[in-house]
Amino acid sequence: MAAVHGDAHGHDDHHPSGIMRWVTTTNHKDIGTMYLWFSFTMFLIGGFLAMGIRAELYQPGIQILQPELFNQFTTLHGLIMVFGAIMPAFVGFANWQVPLMIGAPDMAFARMNNWSFWLLPVAGTLLVSSFFVPGGAAAGGWTFYPPLSTQGGLGVDLMIFAVHILGASSIMGSINIITTILNMRAPGMTLMKMPMFVWTWLITAYLLVLVMPVLAGVVTMLLTDRHFGTSFFNAAGGGDPVMFQHIFWFFGHPEVYIMILPAFGIVSEIIPTFARKPLFGYSSMVYATASIAILSCVVWAHHMFTAGMPTVGQLFFMYATMLIAVPTGVKVFNWTATMWRGSMTFETPMLFAIGFIFLFVIGGFSGVICAIVPIDIQVQDTYYVIAHFHYVLVSGALFSLFAGVYYWLPKWTGNMYNETLGKWHFWLSMFFFNLTFFVQHFLGLAGMPRRIPDYNLQFADFNMVSSIGAFGFGLTQLLFLYIVISCIRSGEKSPEKPWDGATTLEWTHLPCPAPYHSFEKPPIVK
Amino acid sequence: MSQESGHYYVPAPSMYPIIGSTAVLFMGSGAALTMNKIELGYGLLGIGFAILIYMLFGWFGTVARESESGKYGEQVDLSFRWGMGWFIFTEVMFFCAFFGALFYMRNLSIPWLIDESTVLGNEFWSSYDGTWPTAGPGVHEAFTPMGAWGLPAFNTLLLLTSGVTVTIAHWRLKENRRDGLKLWLLATIALGALFIGCQAYEYVHAYNDLNLKMTTGAYGSTFFMLTGFHGFHVTIGTIMLIVIYFRSAAGHFTPEHHFGFEGVAWYWHFVDVVWLGLFIFVYLM
Repeated sequence: MAAVHGDAHGHDDHHPSGIMRWVTTTNHKDIGTMYLWFSFTMFLIGGFLAMGIRAELYQPGIQILQPELFNQFTTLHGLIMVFGAIMPAFVGFANWQVPLMIGAPDMAFARMNNWSFWLLPVAGTLLVSSFFVPGGAAAGGWTFYPPLSTQGGLGVDLMIFAVHILGASSIMGSINIITTILNMRAPGMTLMKMPMFVWTWLITAYLLVLVMPVLAGVVTMLLTDRHFGTSFFNAAGGGDPVMFQHIFWFFGHPEVYIMILPAFGIVSEIIPTFARKPLFGYSSMVYATASIAILSCVVWAHHMFTAGMPTVGQLFFMYATMLIAVPTGVKVFNWTATMWRGSMTFETPMLFAIGFIFLFVIGGFSGVICAIVPIDIQVQDTYYVIAHFHYVLVSGALFSLFAGVYYWLPKWTGNMYNETLGKWHFWLSMFFFNLTFFVQHFLGLAGMPRRIPDYNLQFADFNMVSSIGAFGFGLTQLLFLYIVISCIRSGEKSPEKPWDGATTLEWTHLPCPAPYHSFEKPPIVK
Repeated sequence: MSQESGHYYVPAPSMYPIIGSTAVLFMGSGAALTMNKIELGYGLLGIGFAILIYMLFGWFGTVARESESGKYGEQVDLSFRWGMGWFIFTEVMFFCAFFGALFYMRNLSIPWLIDESTVLGNEFWSSYDGTWPTAGPGVHEAFTPMGAWGLPAFNTLLLLTSGVTVTIAHWRLKENRRDGLKLWLLATIALGALFIGCQAYEYVHAYNDLNLKMTTGAYGSTFFMLTGFHGFHVTIGTIMLIVIYFRSAAGHFTPEHHFGFEGVAWYWHFVDVVWLGLFIFVYLM
């Protein structure tokens, strides 16, 4: 075996330089880096679309975007942020961190790992280019319900194929993560000793292999309805447009947990480090994560309470949804209990993690409110729903990503970020985020509908506040870009272990930056 | 954990993934253009497929060579098993979406259309009886549904037999009887090819004699979607069987170490099981 070993790694050590290094790489760190930069690029594109939406909504009336283009902006903003920014960012974290945290030399399928990444720019190209084809991009909302999505032109087809490709990428990525975690842990790293980030990603990957193929199936039916005369979503042929919603949300609801479980994992790494205490209730954390994942598969129809379903269905989906608050509450309790009597410090990762807990709980509670059928019938398709899911996706998923980037930047680059600027980034994000989205609760309760470029005069003040917040939030993210680039280029050299409370393998067994090949000999975990 | 865990085979940098992505870019944009009847699309689609085939030959060829030169230890072998297992699980979920659509239409949405206690059943579709197989209330072309006991039953027999023959081929491989291995593999390939031929004949029959088309409402949609994707998977499976036949003929695989063979056999059993679901829920019931 020794010869084989030399052969494989001998090549790697003379990896191609320049662009070809990135194109052909089989190294989990290179691939993780590409995932992160790709997702940040898509985050800026999706953010640009959000700025367009908020600029149009700054005042009542039609100023900047005609309604057709406005609808394309909202649709592509959602698709790009969900599939292009948040999901790939978490896969980037998994690529970097899972092998380091379980003591593996690389991902289980290193070449396929490269393909999972390089499918993303293809899908991103199809999505973004759809703005420039005749008829423009898809405009039926990111959930692309028929009949709006069975109408529409070339842009909708480009979106359908982009979703297919993103799905293929996600499936390959998640199979890779499952196999890596199950088969490549260092000796002594039993399942119940794994860092919480690894656990949350294992469970997320199971959700992905469960629901991504269903998404592929439903967009395939959409495609054949559009071009081959089938009647899946056409009542005249015996089909049902509501069926699309059921199948879509069978994917779509687990999808929101796909975007939040790894966030829970990141926060569960950071809180113990900066509280200098082990995570409170480790095993209950694992079981809570698994319970959330299982429950997430039986709550999908709470997205469609107003679409028409039997009362018994509404009751089932309402109670099942509210049940998710229990394991989620366990997690929030455990994070709080971890901080209790800890010797805490508040570096940027910890600030974002605490900000995450605070704001995610608000988003979680508004979720429970939306789950109550009579209330949901009132707030369905209003800005209340927008506010709810931005509290879980922006101050939830995105804040945890920021926390994770600050936490692991020294490990990735060998340099420290600028702590002062990092704290500015946090406080500005915190302020502008709440300025943007908190007022949207009021707009929604007052009845302002989502996805409409114009509104009644009574909504004017809150919309202006929200837009100002959004512009501030957008600009703040350029500060983040600056902090990351200056950390890579000219950051102070990081100490070998910048966080003295960190206990996971990447901090205890590897230098900063982590070498190109790590754990060729697995560490022994006691 | 095996003692080889420090020597897990990490392949050298490779061009095949980016070649594959290029293929997918051509195919995705080509398919979108083709479906909107833009001439350029056909060319892009063709180029995409050509690149994809080149990539598949190159990539799988590399894996086969690496495997035959003994680079894959036990731990890599186990990775392949996990990987293939979960891949097949995703395929099962893909079919679940279509079976779910069939179930939803037959048992929920079409009965709702004729439910006299609702506005729909009373006013919109009052002349519609809603019995399965149906093309829906708005499609008035008559059609004949596909019977179960002719060709489909024969197809069931073909696929079930092919499940047996591929297992016998596996036994011969483990006994290191190479002639038997190749013979039984050939038999499996022949059964698979015959199945595809029968399905093609059935489609012609459906279009020409039964007036059963993709445009035949709910029944036509689910019939062609489910049997079409299954037939596509049988075709992929048959190509995979042909590949391992040639690998067997070239002396690949040992009685102890042959996951390439087993992965294909797993896949073949998967298409077999899906067919049983199809035979029961699409043809019989």
